[in-house]
Amino acid sequence: MYRIRFTDHLILILGALFLCMPVVVAFMTSTHTAADIHSNGLSLAWGDNFIATYEKVLTQKGGFTGDITGARMVMNSLILGIGFAVGKIVLSMMAAYAIVYFRFPMATLSFWVIFTTLLLPLEVRIMPSYQVMSDLGLLNSYTGLIVPLLASATGTFYFRQFFKSVPEELLEAARIDGAGPFKFFIDILVPISRTMIAAIFIIMFVYGWNQYLWPMMMTTDESFFTLMRGIKSILQVWVGSNIPDYNEAFALAVLAMLPPVAIVVIFQSWFIKGLTESDK
Amino acid sequence: MAYTTSQPQLGGFLSRLGFGKSARKKNAVATEEMKRVQFTSPVLPYLFLFPQLAVIFIFFYWPSVQAMNSSFYLEDPFGFGSTFVGLSNYTDVIFSSEYQSIALFTAVFTVLVTFLSLSLGLLLAVKADRVIRGASTYKTLLIAVYAIAAPVSGLIGMMIFDQHVGPFVKMMSYFGWHMQVGLNYYDTAFAMTVVAVWKQIPYNFIFFLSGLQNVPVSVREAAMIDCRSGLRRFWTVILPLLAPTAFFLLTINVTYALFDTFGIIDVMVKDKPANNPVTLVYKVYADGFRGNDIGGSSAQSVILMIVVFVLTIFQFRFIERRVHYN
Repeated sequence: MYRIRFTDHLILILGALFLCMPVVVAFMTSTHTAADIHSNGLSLAWGDNFIATYEKVLTQKGGFTGDITGARMVMNSLILGIGFAVGKIVLSMMAAYAIVYFRFPMATLSFWVIFTTLLLPLEVRIMPSYQVMSDLGLLNSYTGLIVPLLASATGTFYFRQFFKSVPEELLEAARIDGAGPFKFFIDILVPISRTMIAAIFIIMFVYGWNQYLWPMMMTTDESFFTLMRGIKSILQVWVGSNIPDYNEAFALAVLAMLPPVAIVVIFQSWFIKGLTESDK
Repeated sequence: MAYTTSQPQLGGFLSRLGFGKSARKKNAVATEEMKRVQFTSPVLPYLFLFPQLAVIFIFFYWPSVQAMNSSFYLEDPFGFGSTFVGLSNYTDVIFSSEYQSIALFTAVFTVLVTFLSLSLGLLLAVKADRVIRGASTYKTLLIAVYAIAAPVSGLIGMMIFDQHVGPFVKMMSYFGWHMQVGLNYYDTAFAMTVVAVWKQIPYNFIFFLSGLQNVPVSVREAAMIDCRSGLRRFWTVILPLLAPTAFFLLTINVTYALFDTFGIIDVMVKDKPANNPVTLVYKVYADGFRGNDIGGSSAQSVILMIVVFVLTIFQFRFIERRVHYN
């Protein structure tokens, strides 16, 4: 059919370089010392300071109060990512189940109420959300970090689409066999949704892990800092120092991007499936 | 269509609110959506819905209503009550020249980021769809950076454009362009746009590629016979078939440029928004959180809500009509 030309490969190679080089540079540079980076600039070669830098970033107590380590931030990011993904899946599966499988008077209204949230991202209502959280006394807590992020319809939408594509015969057969709503949900619907759950888990974990604005507002206590929040504070220390700790900033960036990038690369097919084929 | 996503759904949702052409077919839509066999129970559905609804009411509707409410009040910065001021928060915001210039920058930034990341994503997807050798390697490399968070890409961008160590700045100085990101308005805007586009290309690439791979072989072969020019084939056959994907991505990219770039901007201006370009969302945050101007910030929130609403409706009324869903 089409003859593949040299320029096709050239464009792809240039595109891949444009997208991946900054990441490679960030990683390679993080293995050099700060003074080295300051005098020689960013680097593409492997330095000999890898273990020292990462050990320092992970274990040294930093911040203003001096009780937050990189490892602690990794843990907080994990809690946020996993907590968000699990919460999202549980809440949205249940809501989608009610909407798709039950006949009840408020069905359409509930549907509207939930799906209106797609229209307004969290960013446009940050101030009032912050005030609500402070009224509820949820600042500086994992609950305050995770639960408000669950107030959107994305997961519910995915599961609703998926449930609608499940064959009708399944429910008919289950009912003939005497299965009630709970039994059908737990024993049939959840098991057949496994792939869908996995795909959504991956997408939501990455989303939760990458949250920036919300954790930044919600956490003033450093023991709740996530990696994204840590990046912000390392930059604040930076302003005004003679030789900024470029290597530590890069190491933190590498730690912050490693899990999501690894997940996307390893579970590529699931990830793409979850993103693009939500009705299959 | 194999790649339905939240936006077409939103279309259905809006059309049931009375927007768009399918509003008249209300009943048909309702029956299509319902399963033939359903459970009936007076309590259970509410039980299943309760957690989701509770979270949405507390963390979505309550704050949204509060934003609208406090946009009409002037709050005392020390917390001693508030005074009703009517629409003056809105007029103060809209007529301030600072707000106007930020709005202008946001518009330009949004158009640039959307256009560049969509076209580069499409270009790479078209090429990746053609090649056979190394196809999966290219694909992996091109989507690998998708999951990098906005602040992290902002940080990496800061380094690439750093005054002392940034390779791009050194390169440009040979051409006589002495970049001062963080000090010079236009240089910062340039760096922000590059970083924002960089971060969004993989997303567009994923969707365009899966759209392209859904074009049936028979269609491609027929086009091959009818038309020899590859470029013309692309414009007349492939691109119209990609229209639903492109339409969906347009919405997503505009939303991205307006809201999700916050992390990039916050990291790149380093808390010194004075001479630097910022977007409207950054201003909402800076005024409300730093400046303690709750009323003004809320008014800006409401303005943004209206912008998002109008954009969504506009897209569904005027653009969706021109797009053919199969």
